[in-house]
Amino acid sequence: MTVIAPYQSQVADTRDGFGQLLRAEWTKFRTVRGWMITLLVTVLVMVGFGLLSAAGTTSSCAQDTSSGPGPARSGAGCLPTFPLGPGGEPVSDSFYLVHQPLTGNGSITTRITSLTGLVQPPNGSQGPGPGDTQPGVMPWSKAGVIIKQNLNQGSAYAAMMVTGGHGVRMQWNYTGDTAGLPGTVSANSPRWLRLTRSGDVITGYDSANGTNWTQVGTVTLSGLPSTVQVGLFGASPDYTSVVQNFGGGTSSKGGGPTQVTGVFDRVTLSGGSAAGPWASGYVGADNGSGIGGYHQAGGQFTVTGSGDIAPIAEGHGGPADAALTIHDYLLGTFAGLIALAVIAAMFMTAEYRRNLIRVTLAASPRRGRVLAAKAIVVAAVSFVAGLVGAALAVAVGTAVTHSRGYWEFPVSGPVEARVIVGTGLLAAVTAVLALAIGTIVRRSAATVAIVIVTIVLPYFLAVASVVPLGVADWLLRVTPAAGFAVQGAYPEYGQVTAIYSALSGYYPLGALAGLGLLCAWTAVALAWAAVLLRRRDA
Amino acid sequence: MEATIEVAGLRKRFGSAQALDGMSFSVQPGQVTGFVGPNGAGKSTTMRVILGLDSPDEGTATIGGQPYHTLRRPLSHVGALLDAAALQPSRRARNHLLWLAHSQGLSGRRADEVLQLTGLASVAKRKTGGYSLGMRQRLGIAGALLGDPPVLMMDEPFNGMDPEGIVWMRGFLRSLAAEGRAVLVSSHLMSELQDTADHLVVAGRGKVIADTSVASLIEAASGDRVSVRTAASAEAMTVLAHAGATVAASGPGVLAVSGLPAERIVAALTESRVPFGEVTAHRATLEEAYMELTRDSVEFRAGATS
Repeated sequence: MTVIAPYQSQVADTRDGFGQLLRAEWTKFRTVRGWMITLLVTVLVMVGFGLLSAAGTTSSCAQDTSSGPGPARSGAGCLPTFPLGPGGEPVSDSFYLVHQPLTGNGSITTRITSLTGLVQPPNGSQGPGPGDTQPGVMPWSKAGVIIKQNLNQGSAYAAMMVTGGHGVRMQWNYTGDTAGLPGTVSANSPRWLRLTRSGDVITGYDSANGTNWTQVGTVTLSGLPSTVQVGLFGASPDYTSVVQNFGGGTSSKGGGPTQVTGVFDRVTLSGGSAAGPWASGYVGADNGSGIGGYHQAGGQFTVTGSGDIAPIAEGHGGPADAALTIHDYLLGTFAGLIALAVIAAMFMTAEYRRNLIRVTLAASPRRGRVLAAKAIVVAAVSFVAGLVGAALAVAVGTAVTHSRGYWEFPVSGPVEARVIVGTGLLAAVTAVLALAIGTIVRRSAATVAIVIVTIVLPYFLAVASVVPLGVADWLLRVTPAAGFAVQGAYPEYGQVTAIYSALSGYYPLGALAGLGLLCAWTAVALAWAAVLLRRRDA
Repeated sequence: MEATIEVAGLRKRFGSAQALDGMSFSVQPGQVTGFVGPNGAGKSTTMRVILGLDSPDEGTATIGGQPYHTLRRPLSHVGALLDAAALQPSRRARNHLLWLAHSQGLSGRRADEVLQLTGLASVAKRKTGGYSLGMRQRLGIAGALLGDPPVLMMDEPFNGMDPEGIVWMRGFLRSLAAEGRAVLVSSHLMSELQDTADHLVVAGRGKVIADTSVASLIEAASGDRVSVRTAASAEAMTVLAHAGATVAASGPGVLAVSGLPAERIVAALTESRVPFGEVTAHRATLEEAYMELTRDSVEFRAGATS
């Protein structure tokens, strides 16, 4: 036998790097048309749900057009409008105010000796709607002193107040809220309140005896004009209570309007012009309740009012129930995630099904890198699909809502951007989780089932209110479904009683924490997948 | 670094089955080595171990002295076709080669070259789901050739090929070996390797039964038998048996004679005036030689249970 010189590979010597592997996996992904189409379907499904949300809202509008308590409505009788606070958020700003102008720096001091009121709890078992009026105050019934930019709804303010159930508070510009002295007010236990203005800076003090003062807070109301309104106010929100329904759901039971009466004395104004005559009336409308008034006798002011000075909580059961939200537009995210999980899982399981994994691992024996490359590819394509889907869903939903004359619960630009980018990240991390599970179980159907059970199902249970709030909370704190928190667009307000549930777009974890939890689950799954991939025979 | 496959003392157990039981052999460059044995002899497992896909319980497998997993851009060291069906059916043939090329830092041009080389250029745009098994075998070989490797390894490449494809495959394998490459080809049918392999590694029950050149294997199996063609079989048998030979009829008018050299047979028949057509030294087929060798190693033999 003749000896033949060993053969030398003639192909050009090229780089051997992770970049090559990444490129190979991307080529693999893009050359299966069904997968690329699924990305498009993901976007379309998300936009479709957004469109349905925006176009499908009619009922709550139709049944709510009757006059009565509630925000002013415009457009086709369907468009509730709320004043916007200095921060751009919708606010309630209706209350009874006894006021006079204050020019320049100055202060107001008073003592409150009584906080009483009337409430209308819901009609018990006889259905929704207010029942009989009875004495009582709401936890957030409030009366106190206020310095307000002007008498327009939504204008800047700072106030010191006593409340029905939360002690003394300093509140400002609707969203600000700081606690002062605890406890309820009475003749035996009066509360002294003081607000001082110095330029744009308002400082609030409280005292139990009028001698020893404690600073509760100091806030800057930028752009405050030289002349502001200063006065005494009373406000009491509509009756709301959160009830657990039989079977686990929650709802709010609304009653009628409530009223509060505060008794003030030792009212002292300083600075500015000398104390002038008091004017009185509602800021905003009284919403047809007819409640409100004041009575002055021998230095004692008795102020009765209804309404609220607070931000509006988005959601279910609240005054903004009929409003469309960014959360509504993104309702299709779960469907998009399922579609992405299917292709992400198949990106690995299809290789196992046909033994293609052997070709892959023979070409790239460093298996951890193969998994990493696949993860990066599915993360990247899913991020783009989720981002584009969310952006289009929000854009289309907003356009449809506006064109139909509905009111949209506003979100700030940065929050909207965070929700959209967050949805892209949610899609990306979910896809990587599906890839990791696919590597572990090596079966498409089982993988998709696991992803649905761990991410989509907990989200559904929480959002559909089929489990009690506590369980829903727990599901969204513990399971990978916590990642949906990136879509939480609205802050919870301690000073507003409402149902802060996933249905209305409130999540128990913040956006970063929720996404972080999903990432942690994914990291664990990915690490496990890497170990198995290395250890197992291909 | 010499372009060889070295397998030493491989053992591997799958559950209760001992798939590999001390498999050892080496594959030399410049020739086609047939890796034969009945189904279940451990051929595919051995190939997977060589490619680092399965890890052996014991033993080592190296390519040019290096374990597979340490190779960088491994497809330029060894090209393998394990399973022609290992394709994503919805991916086009060229795209299958394209991702494989990208994984080695190669361009699409190299994919086009190997498509040309394997005669698939005209169907490169088709989805592999529509490929016949023969076309998939060619595509698998195209993939194995992407890195232009000095070592090639193919598991049952003749499966599903039409006669024309088999002829092409034989010539192709021989030409690859002629370029100096080491080519290892497995088959459970020895006849497929008849005119292809130079060297044989015969496996049975997870180990090597024979490791020999094709020429010497056939020589050994042929023994000293001689074929005699004659119309007068009965007389010839009597005469030759009388002369001390062992005679058996191996076909109509053909006798297989052993124990007597050809010259003595001719002399005896002539002396007794028995007419005969031809006397030839018997040459065993590779198939026969193989059957002889693996008789004890076949796991499931027809009729064994009746």
